[in-house]
Amino acid sequence: MAHAETAASPAILDEVKPAVLARPDLVDHDRSFSWITEKICGIIEGKTPAWWWWCFGVACFVASFTVAGITYLVATGVGVWGHRNPVNWGWPIVNFVFWIGIGHAGTLISAILCLLRQKWRTSINRAAEAMTIFAVVCAGIFPVFHVGRVWYAWFLFPIPNSNYIWQNFRSPLEWDVFAVSTYGTVSVLFWYVGMIPDLATLRDRFQAAGNKTRSWLYGFFAMGWRGSSRHWSNYEMAYLILAGIATPLVLSVHTIVSFDFAVSLIPGWHTTIFPPYFVAGAIFSGFGMVLTLMLPLRAIYHLEDLITQYHIDCMCKITLATGTIVGYAYAMEFFIAWYSANPYEGFTFINRAFGPYAWAYWIMISCNVITPQFFWFKKIRENTTLVWVLSIFVNVGMWFERFVIICTSLTRDYLPSSWGNMSPTIVDIFTFFGTFGVFSVLFLLFIRFLPLMAMAEIKAVTPRADPHAGHDDHAAH
Amino acid sequence: MATPNYGLIATFDSTPDLYHAAEKVRDAGYKNWDCITPFPVHGLDKAMGLRRSTVPRISLAGGITGFCTGMSMIWWTGAYDYQITVGGKPLFSPMFAFPVSYELTILFTAFATIGGMFFLNGLPMHYHPVLKYDQIKRGMDDTFFIVIEARDPRFNLANTKALLEQAGGKEIKELEA
Repeated sequence: MAHAETAASPAILDEVKPAVLARPDLVDHDRSFSWITEKICGIIEGKTPAWWWWCFGVACFVASFTVAGITYLVATGVGVWGHRNPVNWGWPIVNFVFWIGIGHAGTLISAILCLLRQKWRTSINRAAEAMTIFAVVCAGIFPVFHVGRVWYAWFLFPIPNSNYIWQNFRSPLEWDVFAVSTYGTVSVLFWYVGMIPDLATLRDRFQAAGNKTRSWLYGFFAMGWRGSSRHWSNYEMAYLILAGIATPLVLSVHTIVSFDFAVSLIPGWHTTIFPPYFVAGAIFSGFGMVLTLMLPLRAIYHLEDLITQYHIDCMCKITLATGTIVGYAYAMEFFIAWYSANPYEGFTFINRAFGPYAWAYWIMISCNVITPQFFWFKKIRENTTLVWVLSIFVNVGMWFERFVIICTSLTRDYLPSSWGNMSPTIVDIFTFFGTFGVFSVLFLLFIRFLPLMAMAEIKAVTPRADPHAGHDDHAAH
Repeated sequence: MATPNYGLIATFDSTPDLYHAAEKVRDAGYKNWDCITPFPVHGLDKAMGLRRSTVPRISLAGGITGFCTGMSMIWWTGAYDYQITVGGKPLFSPMFAFPVSYELTILFTAFATIGGMFFLNGLPMHYHPVLKYDQIKRGMDDTFFIVIEARDPRFNLANTKALLEQAGGKEIKELEA
């Protein structure tokens, strides 16, 4: 080695100092604690805006399609839906997986980002968790009514009944019952626990304003929270544990959803890539939905100081990362179909891309693989309108992904004699269309009556919350 | 009790002020006292000399209960109470019982964690002397308080007041019980 040459200027530094990167502010304009309280409580305390009533009216109208579709189905029979041999899992399961997947970003933001100490989650986690719960509500509609006689839906749970028969716990469908109901329950608990301090803030504000009814209601759910540090200590520990268990939960839920398919022997379903591929797809679609919901709210309520460009950048980048994973999974499925030398697998994938449902396949590819690639560019991430439009494409693409997986595999399985096509009925379409209304009704009620953002958590990530900030002598301790 | 009052409350305007005052109250040897903050202040439990929360033990108990519930429920229903062979598979195997037991582990842990947190915090408690203080609503907004209870053995109205004043507390008031 050329030691002699470099003797004058040593090539090796005594110490390597990593570059100190400035952390972007999570709340712009150095807002005070009371500004944050005013801003978020103001949304609830102010007069109901006209746009809210318009949106609520439209959402109720759209939701009535689900009500009408379900009523007709219960009165007539499941035959009014378009799934029949060979596609016995038609639209309902597509819609179920679509909605449950959307929910997953909420849990990702609240749990996984909490464990990874991604502090930017604080401005969006409350709304994202609400989105999770409402998406699970919409998802639950489909399997519950798909069972046919909905009044027997309780047969899904191990409750003693007069037939003396228990559930088949060998079936992934029964695992799914437990996965989804646990997911719904834990999401509600997590959401509620996170909200307790903010409900206490609202309780005190409504009391000061003399509104006894609302003060009593918020106070009832605030459980008498008084901001005690001894309480905070247990509370933070409980929140951390909830985040710690919600993380394996969210991964397990979509893994088990994918088992519904992967454990069967249908070509195109029976693959080991399904669990990670479904989880990545779920997070991808969920972030798409978070962007779809949060960007308009940010504009309407002028929340630019709380949902900063940094937040949007982060969300776009996660969408890009998960979208790319999904794209990789699509490619890998093709590769494995060829590499396995299994003629049925090979046929299924060629049929997906060039068969009768090729149109759906190419919608899926263009929305899920090409759309997120735009998020590489800062210019595009900074254009909120464009980001919003792209997020809609993500949602559309992920619906088609489930449609492609389910319909192409079932319409063309092993025996050509049992091939058939699948098309939805008007009842299918109305019921699914209506779930967007159900979701919107719930979400609009949420933004009107509950704190849209976790005030206590946002306050805790501002520079003022640092007990060692400014002129202090902490180094001496 | 020597005094009918609940204790003394002092107001602090900023996080560092509260943090250093908490260290002083801790070092003075008080045990029955508390800080009221609108958000969890990082490191304040150390400044107050609090021990690590015991919520995780309750969570662990919940998790173990959940897992055992899942496994025993699936064994009892499928292999004991009503045996049906499906697809030539065994009546019971921990393999197929695992996903459901896993979900129940999480479900029971969640309930135990939240129930444990409420139990340890003594919530719900809709009545508390601190909540009667007319300025307490600012404690949910942007202000910090330190409350020292009269039942603390070291509590002495004059001395405790002096300590809070010296620690930088403002508007030191007595709280009604």
